[in-house]
Amino acid sequence: MIKSYKLRRVISNTLIYALLIILGIIWISPFVYLVMHSFRAEGLIAVDYLVPREWTFQNYIDLFTGAGGSASINFPKWFLNTLIVAIFSCIIATVSVLMVSYAFSRLRFKSRKKFMNVGMILGMFPGFMTMIAIYYLLKAMNLTGTLVALVICYSCGAGLGFQISKGFFDTVPRALDEAATIDGATKNQIFWKIILPMSKPIVVYTVLTSFIGPWTDFILAKIIMGDNIEYYTVAIGLQKMLSNDFINTYYKQFLAGSVVVAVPITLLFLKMQKYYVEGVTAGGVKG
Amino acid sequence: MTYVEYKQLNPFQRFAYNFKNFIFNVPHAVAKFFKALGRAIVRFFTGIGKGFKNYGVTFVKGDWATKLSYLIFGVGDIHKGKYYKGILFFLVEVLYILFMVFFGWTYLQKFNTLGTVKTHQAFNEMGIPETVYGDNSMLILLYSVLAIVVTVVVFAIYIANIKDAYRHQVMRAEGKKPTSLKTDVKEFLDGKYHITLLSFPVLMISIFNILPLIFMVLIAFTNYDQSHLPPGTLFTWIGFDNFGSLFNFVDSATKATTFIELTKWTLIWAVVATFSNYILGMIVALMINKKGIKLKALWRTLFVIAIAVPQFVSLLLMNQMLQTNGAINIILSYFNGGVNPQIQFLNSTTLMARLTVIIVNLWVGIPYTILSMSGILMNIPEDLYESARIDGAGPVKTFTKITLPYMIFVTTPQLITSFVGNINNFNVIFLLTGGGPSTEEFYQAGRTDILVTWLFNLTMNSQDYGLAAAIGILVFIVCATLSLLIYNNSKSMRDEEAFS
Repeated sequence: MIKSYKLRRVISNTLIYALLIILGIIWISPFVYLVMHSFRAEGLIAVDYLVPREWTFQNYIDLFTGAGGSASINFPKWFLNTLIVAIFSCIIATVSVLMVSYAFSRLRFKSRKKFMNVGMILGMFPGFMTMIAIYYLLKAMNLTGTLVALVICYSCGAGLGFQISKGFFDTVPRALDEAATIDGATKNQIFWKIILPMSKPIVVYTVLTSFIGPWTDFILAKIIMGDNIEYYTVAIGLQKMLSNDFINTYYKQFLAGSVVVAVPITLLFLKMQKYYVEGVTAGGVKG
Repeated sequence: MTYVEYKQLNPFQRFAYNFKNFIFNVPHAVAKFFKALGRAIVRFFTGIGKGFKNYGVTFVKGDWATKLSYLIFGVGDIHKGKYYKGILFFLVEVLYILFMVFFGWTYLQKFNTLGTVKTHQAFNEMGIPETVYGDNSMLILLYSVLAIVVTVVVFAIYIANIKDAYRHQVMRAEGKKPTSLKTDVKEFLDGKYHITLLSFPVLMISIFNILPLIFMVLIAFTNYDQSHLPPGTLFTWIGFDNFGSLFNFVDSATKATTFIELTKWTLIWAVVATFSNYILGMIVALMINKKGIKLKALWRTLFVIAIAVPQFVSLLLMNQMLQTNGAINIILSYFNGGVNPQIQFLNSTTLMARLTVIIVNLWVGIPYTILSMSGILMNIPEDLYESARIDGAGPVKTFTKITLPYMIFVTTPQLITSFVGNINNFNVIFLLTGGGPSTEEFYQAGRTDILVTWLFNLTMNSQDYGLAAAIGILVFIVCATLSLLIYNNSKSMRDEEAFS
């Protein structure tokens, strides 16, 4: 009996390993393909074999030197645009998220719950709803097609994403606040001197998520920028490379550009994965 | 069903039972929601009534300075020695009047027509033709909304000004002195710290979330489309015509067909995508987290990479791989005697394209399920398993009696959240198929377009802003109802102080 039980477990585990290996290959192979072909020297668009025959760094060099024939494709400029937008929106978004979540977590004031409800319901609205209206608004302010507009879009609604960091602040023991209050600290001092230093993980998480946002967002940037190709971010820029006019010359550069954007973001994401899980489950488990 | 009966069910029956209950509860919850809404409205109006009463009573009881505050902001405060606040109130009034006279009113007075003067050619006094710029309907609408919002805010400040004037009057009668600027500033860092913290984010959210929402809702009731484009031409109010054209199979047959067909496909898509991701993701998560499986972190990382790589990269890549000479067809050619089968995944038949989208979405979505499920699986209290083992339960039993019920219980709200997410799943459709295969039967949409991507096409390609806004409102109503239902059923709000 025991033997057969053991045997069964060995068989089932082997099956699971086999399945996991197959699934793992399915999930990872597009990226292996991406990286391999970004180093491909021969051919223009797709080739009818899987492994490149000649390897080269030329695609990456072309990408950053702008070699390729068309003046409108300017990856270094797009990269710089995205970096600028990411830095500014990261600062504004982090500050607003932390302020809002501290206020909702630690301070008790009239109509706090009402504010939170409105915030949560506004946060539940599909983002695209306001996007189109924001587009009109920015158009009226003559801002469409500028980097300022993008910074505004990425950071102005950030305060609505307070749930995860509020959940984190909620877990910091209130006894600390009370002790500090008895010692004569104001709420402001408690925020800066006690809560923030204790909440490094969530600060890091907030900074990283708001920094990554502009690199991965596609639709908002597309709506705001339209045909203003000079101020594209990397996401819409790379999609531009695949349009009919450019795909023949730029396909391999597209692959290289995708690797350049994806690798740092993947590394950052793997680093903060554990906070993401904590955030998701903190919201979910109690639900 | 009694408790004992419930306990005898297997987990799937329990899930079905709970799910059925949830569905049956929807009308109840909706009723509850409307009751609460009714109560809120009643409370709102009694609040207004009370406000009017206080408004009158304060005027009768107030001294001359308080009474003058009804006309000129801040007089009461200045009279009582609270100079900086009184001056601030007064400045608000001055700025508001300037704003309305030089800016707000010019637009607000045209709000009911959205402008009457078209941009046209005219001869000036020298007899040379030149362009005369008329009204710009979009700016009129936008700035009118702005003016209304500003007026509401200023009204709130006006009421605050009266209350403050009366408060200081009472304080003087009691022989107290108004607080100094220094103590007030200190108060904003302590007792009123929430105002300091929240004012900046609230301002940003009002301007860039709430104002656009109001504006977009109003656009849905206008004929803002490609033949009514400001500044060249005007648009105006047309009532519910945009909504009507979505259901009118006689006058606007293509639009109505598109709307109905896309709604069907959006719902099918949302249901299939949500459940397939949920079930398959759960199975993979269970396999990874099974006892005795090694290298758990490695397996999880393999899947998490698919989340970490920006979606536009992976989906554009997938799009390229699914072309007739792409990687998938090349792999298939190895099984086809070296001949490329030239399968058109994305732009031949409707069924093929839709199936491809759903399968690719599995590739996109399963990692998310795994990630959140893994967290939950690790959170199942170990002592549950321990006591089950002591009671002699085998692995199968612990799984069906502990793991599965726990997971299903915990993740049901997430299921609905991801359903709403899939209704709005712009990226997968737009980047993968771009809406194709294209068809003549639809207005500005292809066979795999969902409502959200149609909305995008309507705004960006054909400039049917009014129609797009109407669709946006309909989608929003569905999503908001679902969100509110989940939100009312979730406990995380009530438990917020569980840890502190």
